[in-house]
Amino acid sequence: MSDPAIRVERVTKKHGDTVALSSVSFSVAPGEMFGLIGPDGAGKTTLMRILASLVDPDEGEARVLGFSVRSEAARVREAIGYMPQHFSLYSDLTVAENIGFFADLFGVPKEARVSRTKELLEFSRLGPFVKRRAGALSGGMKQKLALSCALVHTPRVLVLDEPTTGVDPVSRRDFWDMLEKLRAQGVTIVVSTPYMNEASLCGHIVFIHKGAILASGTVGEIAGLFRGTVFAVEGPNLQAIAARLKDAVEHELVRILGDSVQVLALAERRVEVGTLIETMRHEGVVSQSREIPPGVEDTFVSLMRE
Amino acid sequence: MNEHSVVVKDLAKRFGDFLAVDRISFEVRAGEIFGLLGANGAGKTTTIRMLAGLLRPSSGGGTVGGWDINAQYEKIKKSIGYMSQRFSLYNDLTVKENLQFFGGVYGLSRARVEERTAELDEALGLGEWLDRRTAALPLGFKQRLALGAAILHKPAIVFLDEPTSGVDPIARRRFWELINELAAGGVTIIVTTHYMDEAEYCNRLCVMHAAKIVSLGSPAELKARHGAHSIEDVFIQLVRGA
Repeated sequence: MSDPAIRVERVTKKHGDTVALSSVSFSVAPGEMFGLIGPDGAGKTTLMRILASLVDPDEGEARVLGFSVRSEAARVREAIGYMPQHFSLYSDLTVAENIGFFADLFGVPKEARVSRTKELLEFSRLGPFVKRRAGALSGGMKQKLALSCALVHTPRVLVLDEPTTGVDPVSRRDFWDMLEKLRAQGVTIVVSTPYMNEASLCGHIVFIHKGAILASGTVGEIAGLFRGTVFAVEGPNLQAIAARLKDAVEHELVRILGDSVQVLALAERRVEVGTLIETMRHEGVVSQSREIPPGVEDTFVSLMRE
Repeated sequence: MNEHSVVVKDLAKRFGDFLAVDRISFEVRAGEIFGLLGANGAGKTTTIRMLAGLLRPSSGGGTVGGWDINAQYEKIKKSIGYMSQRFSLYNDLTVKENLQFFGGVYGLSRARVEERTAELDEALGLGEWLDRRTAALPLGFKQRLALGAAILHKPAIVFLDEPTSGVDPIARRRFWELINELAAGGVTIIVTTHYMDEAEYCNRLCVMHAAKIVSLGSPAELKARHGAHSIEDVFIQLVRGA
């Protein structure tokens, strides 16, 4: 087993009285697509800033390709490509000028620059827009340009803070396709997202909530942590079904979707909920019910409650 | 209940040479949760702006809450609620003061605002937060307050623009519980979102691409029609394949 590309050990960070990260530990294998999944305020951004050596942890240590983010910050910054959530492109500069600017910033030698720019434009499919001002690009294209700028010095590790937030699902999928290509070339990628369904695009995920890790593993391993059953129940009056289920379990475990009611029957309540659904079926309140596989969000909810 | 809350017929909007919305037609029942999905630039926002009385159609038309969108847009503006992901709450005001402020905007009497604040306090569970500064609210509560401000005047139709971006899954479930209660009370909900998980809460979804409607139906119908397991896959098929 090779050394991890990133190792985070008992990292704690406070902002005043608020604990942003509380003794967080994990490691990322080389060439892995590592996803940090969690809502706003979970600590994702703080963790990424620490990995990018922009802020020091209060306690603990993080190493990127063996370099300490505390004592070898300059080496870390050379080794990684970092795309902050609110990345700054120069909106008055063209696509090509933005890439050129970042190439200067990272000291990419003149002779390498031409071929690297060509590669990046091909990779991002921004070639046809090379003379367009960045400010006039669509949201999805801006994100691709920002990624290209973060890649200009051919980093071995990429740290991407919510690169797909607010972008439509098709542009999001395009962006993930680009990341997968980079990963296949051996780049280690740490990426955060608030979209639970993007977890399935990562080889390894970490659920993060209120500064702590709720779970860590492959998508399959994390799905295996869900203890219970998800029932999808249908009937003529979904409101009525939901009201009965909410008498049995907490409100947030019952949701009325467009054409069914879904209830999370966590381990100890499984039989009780199953029986209630059966009773409602006899009464004609429920027309049909089936068990469905838990989604990523269902697992997150069940872990938040533990 | 078969009453239509929104009826749109051959609605189109042109900006110069650019056709933003190309003769779309649909109907939304009172109390329905109706999702409008589409990539950026698909025409969703333009459609919503026309429905909300903020923009005149180039051709075609329709009614919102019985009012004609070509002629009675001032009436429409007063009879709808609108909540955006960038809530227009005042951070320096308390929760109560924010509601009073929006009451003033809607032209409600002081007594009416107090009555509604009490009702919303109960419905939204604002409780202990009522006298706190809005800036101090957790994001999930801000979203509830923004919803409260949008429904203070008891609109029959509420537009939600990415209402739950960024909150944790439990807060998102609680928010949608409120939306379901509103809909059960007969309020029509029209929602736009990039969260495909959120689209599952809708009774029907309308997918727009390049100014046109490319698919319309319940989440289950769309998944069956396009042989997909998730709404996200439906969406990607429709938009990439189109």
